This record gives sequence, structure tokens and C-alpha cells, in this order.
Amino acid sequence: MSPADGLVLQDLTLFHGTDVLAHLDLAVRPGAVLTVMAPSGAGKSTLLRALIGALPAGFHATGRILLNGRDVTALPTAARRIGLLFQDDLLFPHLSVGQNLLFGLAPGGTRNQRRERIEQALAAAGLAGFATRDPATLSGGQRARVALLRALLANPEALLLDEPFARLDASLRAQIRQATFDATRHLPVILVTHDAADAAAAGGPVLSLFGQQVSP
Amino acid sequence: MVSALPWLALTMFALPMLAGLVVGFAPALDGGFAALAEWRGLSRAVALSAGTGLAATVVSLGLTALIVAMLHDRPGFAPLRRMLSPLLAVPHAAAALGLAFLLAPSGWIARLLSPWATGWRQPPDLMTLNDPMGLALTLGLVAKEMPFLLLMALAALPACAPAPRLLLGSALGHGRLSAFAVGVWPALYARLRLPVMAVLAYGMTTVEMAMILGPGLPPTLSVQIADWLSDASLRHLPVASAAAILQLSLVLAAMLLWRGGEGLGRALLRGHIARGARATGTDAMATRAAQGLGFGLAGVLALSLAGLALWSVAGDWQFPAALPRGLTLQPWTRALPALTDSLWLTTAIALGATGVALAVVLASLQFEQGWGQSPGRWAERTLYLPLLLPQIAVMPGLQVIALRLGVEGTPLAVMAVHLLFVLPYVFLSLAPAFRGWDHRHGLTAATLGASPARIFWRLRLPILLGPVLTAAALGVAVSAGQYLPTLMVGGGRVGTLTVEAVALSSGGNRRLIGAFAISQLALPALAFALALAVPRWVFANRRALLAEAER
Repeated sequence: MSPADGLVLQDLTLFHGTDVLAHLDLAVRPGAVLTVMAPSGAGKSTLLRALIGALPAGFHATGRILLNGRDVTALPTAARRIGLLFQDDLLFPHLSVGQNLLFGLAPGGTRNQRRERIEQALAAAGLAGFATRDPATLSGGQRARVALLRALLANPEALLLDEPFARLDASLRAQIRQATFDATRHLPVILVTHDAADAAAAGGPVLSLFGQQVSP
Repeated sequence: MVSALPWLALTMFALPMLAGLVVGFAPALDGGFAALAEWRGLSRAVALSAGTGLAATVVSLGLTALIVAMLHDRPGFAPLRRMLSPLLAVPHAAAALGLAFLLAPSGWIARLLSPWATGWRQPPDLMTLNDPMGLALTLGLVAKEMPFLLLMALAALPACAPAPRLLLGSALGHGRLSAFAVGVWPALYARLRLPVMAVLAYGMTTVEMAMILGPGLPPTLSVQIADWLSDASLRHLPVASAAAILQLSLVLAAMLLWRGGEGLGRALLRGHIARGARATGTDAMATRAAQGLGFGLAGVLALSLAGLALWSVAGDWQFPAALPRGLTLQPWTRALPALTDSLWLTTAIALGATGVALAVVLASLQFEQGWGQSPGRWAERTLYLPLLLPQIAVMPGLQVIALRLGVEGTPLAVMAVHLLFVLPYVFLSLAPAFRGWDHRHGLTAATLGASPARIFWRLRLPILLGPVLTAAALGVAVSAGQYLPTLMVGGGRVGTLTVEAVALSSGGNRRLIGAFAISQLALPALAFALALAVPRWVFANRRALLAEAER
């Protein structure tokens, strides 16, 4: 593993007007999960928006973001290859499960190859035969798994998780959480949460928005 | 460049409106005011315009308030509510023609009551239509504008949290009407003010409804202006221009008067509160009045439209008979050649204007967000300009501009003018849904590598199919219903269904009028039906979007 591998935040500072919301200077190696813990409204989601290059009006960020040696700081969201999962699954409501995955699947391959790839991915996730289903007819856990699949099929080089387990039932939560971390073993992952159990399950360092160690 | 798009769109229609005003008012200096002062019908025409417009607005608003206060949460209200949107799609001219068929001395009401109740065997010599006081005109305006205000009120109502406020009011011992007046109405009215002003401006200056239902000698001021302008030699342009300035001042004065009336209303409400009145005794009567007037008005409109349809297929139908002796398609087959031409022309102009409006509105909304460029509140208020400015005040100028450019009388020029009136409606209809789209869908797609164009075409537009089609249907309805702009810029030679139907109205061939009015009605009705049906069909297997389409 070269030192450039993974997601590197160099002196990344997030501002709202002139207020500093976050300051991070760190690296997340492939396979590692960094958890950022802060109370609601502190700017966790905005930090992730800075990482994908889609800050809302009124916010700005300084510093550099490197991904596997590439400087992505000035790139548009679509060119960064950083995936993002929200609290809600945000499956596109007008597309079938399969079409949702095809929308995410990285370009390349014939129509049949792409369809086959989707079928395989669904089968591997225990959702065989779900391609033609309307997302609205799936259970919460199934939807969460489809959303994760869609993010991974785009072949991201890093994955950001914006409290993606918060809306799930307690019984499902541990299961989906485990499935998510299992599927992202090859990627640098940043999880933001205010939930101590999520932070503990992630198994990596737990930091505040200013990079201090937090005990979950 | 791209970021300037919303501003470009704004200028695109604000400029012609203002140019229309300036150009149209210049000829007045050429002896227009003196000629206007000499016209003997002036004071009566002014009184008619102001009187019918103000009366129609007061009655429409009062009835809207009464219905919302007493009925909005009753189970029987849902069907009434569903009837509102289709009613709005009925063009003013068609509604007026239907009402004329109903009210005329030889109309349906007289027939239903004769001879058993009235003893009439001939149409009576009564001024039930075109009455000198403008009562028929006022009724027509109320029948057409009350549904509009009611729909606007129902759209704004949830933001005013009526349920807890009414509950609180009744817990404090208020009657329902009193609780509504104190707790809900002030917030609701604040949201209704602009539509109310639009109704006032339209009511005072309508041309087609006043031609069909209003008095003749003198007519309302706007009908007289249209009459002067229709003189091909432009001999009357100065006096028409002076009258248009007067008409605009009248509307502005009426709006000021209305604001004064709002102060009076506030004072009355304060008095009611200060006295500690609970008004529990008025509820039963208010409910009955709301039901009676609401359903009565809906019934009048329904009968009007049914009358149009029946006349268009009526065989022999002598006076006191309540129904025709037989039905025939002859009126339709006779009208068909002229009707088909007119229908295609109307459709082409409506689709053209709506298509351009939709493209401009979608582009503006898309880039306002993509670039964080949001025209301010004042800029958005400019959008209301075509709704608040009386058409009759803008038209002389636009007609002169069209003449100078040598495009007067061409369908394309008519389409361009329709665009001015279609654009704001399309924008106002589409903006809330477009801006309300969950942006995280777009963000998610971008993190999957999708370009902004792909996000727009593959995600945002398809998800917003329902609102887009509804906005388009509204655009088609607005364009198809335009009378004055079509007549003026078309120089009377662009014979859309509305222009033809109104032109026929003075002739008295009820079968032909019926056929044209029904066709005029059919186009917007078809557009709205498609806007309802297509999303249900496309999203038949998409439960989340189907629920939205059926809401």
C-alpha cells in the first residue's frame, strides 16, 4: 500500500460565513472506517457535502482533498468517485430496482452484460429476482441494501455514510450495518453519526469535527 | 451567460408588457382625452366597469370565505373540490355563452318555468341578459372567479393550520364562523391578496364576458375601448388610448380602495374581538348559506355548460319547450369545415406558446438552482404583472407594435402575445413542485457519476412528469381562452375558437354558438384529462409516484 492510497484530507477547514465548523487533517486508508461524531446540527452532513463538492450556499471550505493520489478538490461531484449514502435510501421512485442499479453501474459493457451484472449483484445481496420490482414495494431493509448496492456498482474509490442506519428498526440495524462494512472492506469509509452504537460497530477511530478523539 | 437565464426570461415578458403600456398611451396625447370627455356614455361606462368588477370581487371573496369557513373539512366537500379544477379550465367566453343561454328571456330558466308558472308562450320582453345594471355580468364573473379564489384558498389553507385553530376557537366558546374569522382568516387572506387583486383587475376590464353578458349602450369601458380599437383605420386610436389610460387608473384606484377596505375589515374584526363576541348563533345559517350558494353556483355553471352541449345537437326547439323535440348532428356537420380550421389553429397556437413557456420556465428553474441564482422576491412579483395589468390597457400598444413590425394578423404574432400570459401561469403552477424536488436525489446521482444534464433528463423531469403536464395543460387552457390579445394582435384575422365563438355570440345562431363553445371547452378539458391520465398510466407500477398523482 503506497502512502498515497485512500482518502486524504489536508488541512480541510469548513466555514459557514466566517465561523469554522470543522477542521480535519488526516488520512483514511482503504478498508478503514473513520467515524465523525457530533451532535445534530453541528455540521456533520455539511462536512460530507464538502467532500463530494456540493456545499450549500453560505458555506465554503479550504484545504485539499486527495483520493488515491488524485487531487479532487476542484473536481465536480460526478468526477470525484466518492459515493454517498444518506439516512433515507433515496431510490429513484420512477425507476425499477434494476433500473436504479443500472443508473449507478459504472459505464461500459453491452446491454446484456450490464443486465447480468445487476442480476449477479442482486443475487449476491440476497435479492435475486428483484430487478423489475417497484422500489416502493420493498421493505426498509431491502431498500437499504439496494441503495448500498447502487452506490458500490458505481465503483467509487471512497464511501461516505451520512447516518445511513438511523431510520432502520433496531432488529435490522445491526444486520445492515454489518453488511455495509463487509461490502466496503476495500474502500476508505467516513461515517458521520451521533449514535454511539454505530460508532462502536464501525471499529475505527472516532473523532470530533475538529479531529479530537471522542469516546463513543 | 447561462446564469443570466432567469433574468432573460423575466425581461422577455416584462419588457413587451411595459412597451405595450408606453406605446399604447402615446396616441392619447393626440386629442384623445378631449374626445373621451365628449363621449356621452363615459360616466356610465366607468361606473359599470368599477361597479361590476368590485361587486363581483366582493361577492366571490365573501362566498369563498364562507365556504372555506363552514365546509372545508366536511366529508361532502371532497366532490365539490374535485369539480373546481375542471371548472377553471372552462374559458371565460364559453362560461359566459352558456350563462347567456341560461339567463336569456328565451333561455333555459324561462323555458323550465313556462308556461306553467309564468304563463309565457312567447319569450318575455325582459332584460334578464345585458341588463343596464350589469347584474348578469356580475353573476357571470362570480360564477367564473369564485371557483378560482376557492381553489387558491384551499391551496393556501394547510399553511394556516385551520384544524388546531378552529379547535382552539371552539374551546374558547367561539362559534365556527367566529373562530374562523378570528383564527384562520387573517393568515389565509394574506396569502389570497394577489389572486384577489387579479380577480379585481380582470372583473373590471373583461371584454368577452362583458360583450356577452353586459349592457350594450353604453357598454363597460373596456368593451368600448375594444370597439374603438377594432376600427381598422385606427381613426379612434387616440380616444381608445386615452380610455385605456383611464381604465388603468380606475383599476389602480380600485386596488387602493380595496386596500382601504382591508383596513375596515381589520377594524371590524378587532371590534368583534374586543367585544368578546362569540357569534355562536350564526353558524347554522352560515352553513346553509354556504351550501346553498356554493352548490347553487356550481349548478348554474353545470347547467350553462349542459345548455351549450344540448343546443349544439338540438333539432327543433320552440320556445316554451324545456327540451328540444329531437337531437341532430346537423349543426356539427355544418360547422365542421370552419370548426376544424379553427380547432387546428387554436391547438397549434396553444401548443406553441405552451411549449416555449415550458422550455423557458424549466430552464430558468433549473439554472436558478444549479447556479444559486435566484431572482429576488420583487423579480418574481414581476411575474404577476400580466395577471394584474388589465389586458385592455396593454393591448393598444401591443397592437401598434405588431402593426409597426408588420406581423399583425399572423398566427405567430398571436402565439408570441399568448406567451406573455401563458408564461406566468406555467411558472406559478410548476415552480413549487420543481423547487420542492428532493435535492438529495440529485446529489446521490452526482456521486454515482451522473452529469447535471443526465440528472435533469433522466431523474428530475420524469419524476416531475405530473406537475409538468399539469402546468402544460394550464398553459393550453390559458392560451385557448385568450380573447382580447388574439383579436387585437390577430387583427381579427386569426380566428381561434374563442374569437369565433365570441363573434358568433351577437348572431343568435345558438346551435352554431353551442358547437363552437363546446369545442373551445373541449381543448383545455382534453389537456387536463391527459395531464391526469398520463402520469397514472406511466407510473401504474410505481406506487410512490402514483400516490402523488392521485393526491
